[in-house]
Amino acid sequence: MARIVGSIMSTHVPAIANALERHDEADPYWKPFFDGYEAVHSWLDEVQPDVAVIFHNDHGMNFFLDKMPTFAVGCAPEYRHGDEGWGIPTVDPYPGHPDLSWHLVEVLVGDEFDITTCQEMLVDHAVTNPMKLLWPGGGVPIVPVTVNTVMFPYPSAKRCFALGEAIGRAISSYDVEPDLRVVIVGSGGLSHQLEGKRAGFINKSFDLRFVESLTDDPRWVTQFSGEDLVKETGSQGVELLMWLAARAALGGSVRRVTWNYHIPISNTAAGTLVLEPAA
Amino acid sequence: MGENTERHGIPGTIIFDGAEAKRGYGLNKMCFSFNEEANRNAFLADEDGYCRRYGLTDAQRDAIRGRDVLALLEHGGHPYYLAKFAGIFHLDVQDLGAMQTGLSKEEFKARLVEAGR
Ligand SMILES: [Fe+2]
Repeated sequence: MARIVGSIMSTHVPAIANALERHDEADPYWKPFFDGYEAVHSWLDEVQPDVAVIFHNDHGMNFFLDKMPTFAVGCAPEYRHGDEGWGIPTVDPYPGHPDLSWHLVEVLVGDEFDITTCQEMLVDHAVTNPMKLLWPGGGVPIVPVTVNTVMFPYPSAKRCFALGEAIGRAISSYDVEPDLRVVIVGSGGLSHQLEGKRAGFINKSFDLRFVESLTDDPRWVTQFSGEDLVKETGSQGVELLMWLAARAALGGSVRRVTWNYHIPISNTAAGTLVLEPAA
Repeated sequence: MGENTERHGIPGTIIFDGAEAKRGYGLNKMCFSFNEEANRNAFLADEDGYCRRYGLTDAQRDAIRGRDVLALLEHGGHPYYLAKFAGIFHLDVQDLGAMQTGLSKEEFKARLVEAGR
């Protein structure tokens, strides 16, 4: 059976793409952020995943308001990075893993998740930036799982947790490639708000409490409604739902491999976390 | 306080719900089209004509003309699609943050740094 090696949670702020293009990794503004990925790279060298299942949210790339699925699973042979309109460099397409995608779809629908399947899917910085950060020299095939944080109502934290758990179980029952090693990625966060008079909102104490909870009390954040989460983390801070789903996929006990937190990157409290199943 | 804040109770924040999605549909559809370079150029070549194709309301047309982010939000604009409009003018999220909060860009950036302390 396939095995989940762990979960990587990472901020995906667009400006990261520009910083990488300029080779700004050692710049004083960026260094505290990029330094957080050294431990992630060592861990990836150790666990050698074959494929990444990525929880992400779309930012007006693959989906528009005409059709907005709550949960969507990519089933495409490849995922193309579209022009996002505001000038970050586009990258080559990422190969998909359609066999694993369709297995996830079978199991999730069997588990009564009413998901949307996508045999064509454009991806934006929420996929490309974590990929660049985690695998600067290449990458692995991907299965993107999209969670709606564009239009209210969003799926509840409780539901995102359940989705993560179901995907964890689905991966564990994938027996086409019994030795397949899967890494989960939770893309987004942490607290930030881009728009309105409250633009620039950041909530360090909530972020720290949330990240703390992911280790030992992962359902802690499921007590908050969608509105509560916007209030506490900012309009876009709700991307913590991706972190939550990525944590839930690991099931019971986990061990923290590395954690880095830095304010600000662009308008965002940037976080990088790796959790692995406790032995 | 706008009606959205009355509905959701988060000051300085418009929750993009069904009412906003309906109100802002044409405006957001136009901004979504800016994912394509040909459309960005078409907008720059004939702003009035381009806005007319998407059926913007007068208030939305005025807000686009005035590059007025708060007004665009108030009339149903979604931050992810509006970002594509702002990108045409090479405005980054700190420019936008400063515009919306009435701070200078330097003051806005300083406030972000302060949030980390
Ligand atoms: Fe985002």
